[in-house]
Amino acid sequence: MLQVSGLSADYGSFRALFEVSLAVEAGETVAVIGPNGAGKTTLMRVISGMLPPHSGALAFEGRSLAGLAAHRIVELGIAHVPENRRLFPRLTVEENLRMGAYLPSARASFAERLGWAYEHFPRLRERRHQIAGTLSGGEQQMCAIARALMSKPRLLLLDEPSAGLAPLVVQQVFDLVRAIAEEGYTVLIVEQNVRQVLDLVDRAYLLEVGRIALAGSAGELKQSDVIRRSYLGL
Amino acid sequence: MDLYLLEAILNGIMLGGLLALLALGLNLIFGVIDVVWICYAELVMAGMYAIYWLHAVYAWPFLLACVVAIALVALFGLVLHRLIIEPILGSAPINQLLATGGMLFFLQSLATLLFGTDFRNVGIRLPIIELGDIDLSFARLLAFITALVGAAGLYLFLARTYLGTAIRAIAQDREIMGLMGVDQRRIYLITSAIGGGLAGLAACLLVLQYDVHPFIGLTFGPITFMICVLGGLGNMFGGVVAAFVMSQIISIVGYYFSVEISYVLAFVLFIVLILVRPRGILAR
Amino acid sequence: MTDMRMAAGVGLAVLIALPLLLPSYFLHIVIQVLLLGLIYTAWGFMGRFGLVSLGHGAFMGVGAYTSSLLWNLYGVTPWLGIPAGMALAVVLAMVIGYPCFHLRIVGHYFALVTLALGQVVALLIIAGRDITGGSLGMTPNAVGTSWIALQFQDRTQFYFVALALWLAVLGIRAWASRGMRRAALEAIGEDETAAEAAGINVLREKLRVFAISAAITAAGGSVFAQYIMYLNPETVSGVGISLQIVFAAIAGGMYSALGPTVGALLTLTLTESLRVLFGTSFIGAANTIYGILLILFIIFMPRGILGVVERLLELRPRPQAAPAE
Repeated sequence: MLQVSGLSADYGSFRALFEVSLAVEAGETVAVIGPNGAGKTTLMRVISGMLPPHSGALAFEGRSLAGLAAHRIVELGIAHVPENRRLFPRLTVEENLRMGAYLPSARASFAERLGWAYEHFPRLRERRHQIAGTLSGGEQQMCAIARALMSKPRLLLLDEPSAGLAPLVVQQVFDLVRAIAEEGYTVLIVEQNVRQVLDLVDRAYLLEVGRIALAGSAGELKQSDVIRRSYLGL
Repeated sequence: MDLYLLEAILNGIMLGGLLALLALGLNLIFGVIDVVWICYAELVMAGMYAIYWLHAVYAWPFLLACVVAIALVALFGLVLHRLIIEPILGSAPINQLLATGGMLFFLQSLATLLFGTDFRNVGIRLPIIELGDIDLSFARLLAFITALVGAAGLYLFLARTYLGTAIRAIAQDREIMGLMGVDQRRIYLITSAIGGGLAGLAACLLVLQYDVHPFIGLTFGPITFMICVLGGLGNMFGGVVAAFVMSQIISIVGYYFSVEISYVLAFVLFIVLILVRPRGILAR
Repeated sequence: MTDMRMAAGVGLAVLIALPLLLPSYFLHIVIQVLLLGLIYTAWGFMGRFGLVSLGHGAFMGVGAYTSSLLWNLYGVTPWLGIPAGMALAVVLAMVIGYPCFHLRIVGHYFALVTLALGQVVALLIIAGRDITGGSLGMTPNAVGTSWIALQFQDRTQFYFVALALWLAVLGIRAWASRGMRRAALEAIGEDETAAEAAGINVLREKLRVFAISAAITAAGGSVFAQYIMYLNPETVSGVGISLQIVFAAIAGGMYSALGPTVGALLTLTLTESLRVLFGTSFIGAANTIYGILLILFIIFMPRGILGVVERLLELRPRPQAAPAE
């Protein structure tokens, strides 16, 4: 579904990604793990169109994403939940969800999508008219994910959903992601929280200093010495 | 009560309608999408000159002249954003102020070049409504009604439509608008056109009551900014309330003292208001 | 460095010899360039660090009207009147500056406050028409040539007064730009919170630069009024003059010492040429061009003309030092 080949990209004035290649098949849940500053967020931003790549190829369902603006990429079916949630702080929960359904195709089924969202995220229904900036971290993360799903994307990009959240809340968020994946959504998740995410996904890539260092199934990575020593503290 | 004072108060209320109408467009641009058009009042002036030219000089029907003027100023707003604001959107807002300051200069001088510094009147006399011994300006009543309708319309647009919500959202987080499938450039352009159109609308009503001259923007501009700030940036109805408060002050103080003093008071109030605004919105 | 010193020396010599070289009309322009130039430079003290004021006309007006009124009404010599105007301007700057800086009002909000301030001063001058002559303006009582009255029939004498003042302002700029002070202001311009955390007394630094800027502008306004022998609220305190100050300083390049003066040269030559070429039938033409230029400068040349020139000069290859043996 998503094909990234030889992607290089800059973050400001320095190179953040060096010829990164990865793939995500339809229906899979894939993780990109790695330490801070590895380039994970840059990778997400390039895929969703927020950042232009320096070189390399990016294709979604056979279609090249090269040179497409972010709002066009959303139209193609890729939704990105950015790092730090990035809700619109002064809009209500429901207005944020409405923004997620801005695309004409999504607007048509807004009521239905809203119902779906409230079903999966009951806490959001309780707070539908609350100003988004006043939600707790976990609630904001739920809202951000729900917002991205309003456009019924075929690929969901999740950038560090566990950041800044208490472990219990992280678990809830991951349970939610699991539920979404089970509904058939394809998910690419970028995480620093290695232990919990490897329990969630089918496959994973290890990104270190802008390069793919390791790739394999979740099980394989969990067994790998590198991962166990550096990231699982074993 | 002194009858003339009562008249001043009533006409102050009517002036409030006019100021509220003026504030609508600026509130959208400055208050909602957070762009600084220091030349906003000069856009209104341009609209007034357009109407004057079309109606008083070329004898077009007044309403037609108004419609054309609104369209022209809307277009101007769009061009203003595209050519001047867009290139500097990412840099400090002070640059927007300076660049539009240049536009202010330009418009004032262009008007001087084209029309000279004398006052031009559109020559329309709307009836005066007489309530007993008090005279009320019908033109101001019209402005009052238009302002209320405009504020309501704008409020509903911003609150209930997708486009309106996007416009409200863009100032809160411009970067992720693309992730919502929104072409942020289009949002700015559309909003600029609407803002310009509202300036044109204000021009239509202002031209019924005031003579236009190249420096008319200087009398209305700062007051309009002040009203937006006082009513809460982006708050359409707040702007209406603020307009009435200000117009009362100007009217009553002007009645007892002089026009200049009333404006001095208004500007001093402006300064105080900016100082009093909550900190959080300030040091960007 | 020695190149710079030599250039400065030559420049100074030329400036001193100027009255001998130039006919009276051009000297008249140069005097205005120097006087307005020093005002624009004073504006640049603040502008270059992000404190953009759109109301410097207020200080100019305060200075000009204070010294002129004291002279006309009470016969107080401008030598005392000018400092009085400066003091008043400083007080005004403090009154506005303290709450603004304390409440961290910066950027375009600060600019709007100064804009309102400029309006207030202009309106008060108009409102006090019984004393100030209102919009019609006023003239300082003429007494021919007199050092006490700071009036000279002969332009040359005034030229040297203007030159001395201009050099003094450049000197103040150099003094204020030395080491820590300038670094402190730059830090404040970049990130106030960080500067505060680093121990810089943001409030005091800003107030200081604001006060100096206001004082010099007031002095410039007074001397300018003395020279032109006429003042009215529009030319010395209106929004027009405030914007012109901003435009000239930015166009010339407010980040360099001579930039604002170059801006003054630019605007004055433009106005004069237009007047000579088209007469009064084209009033407003100059400002139309200023407007467009300001827009273009902000978008393409935020460092002004001198900034572009400096950058070009830096790109010239430096002569290689001889390798040590």
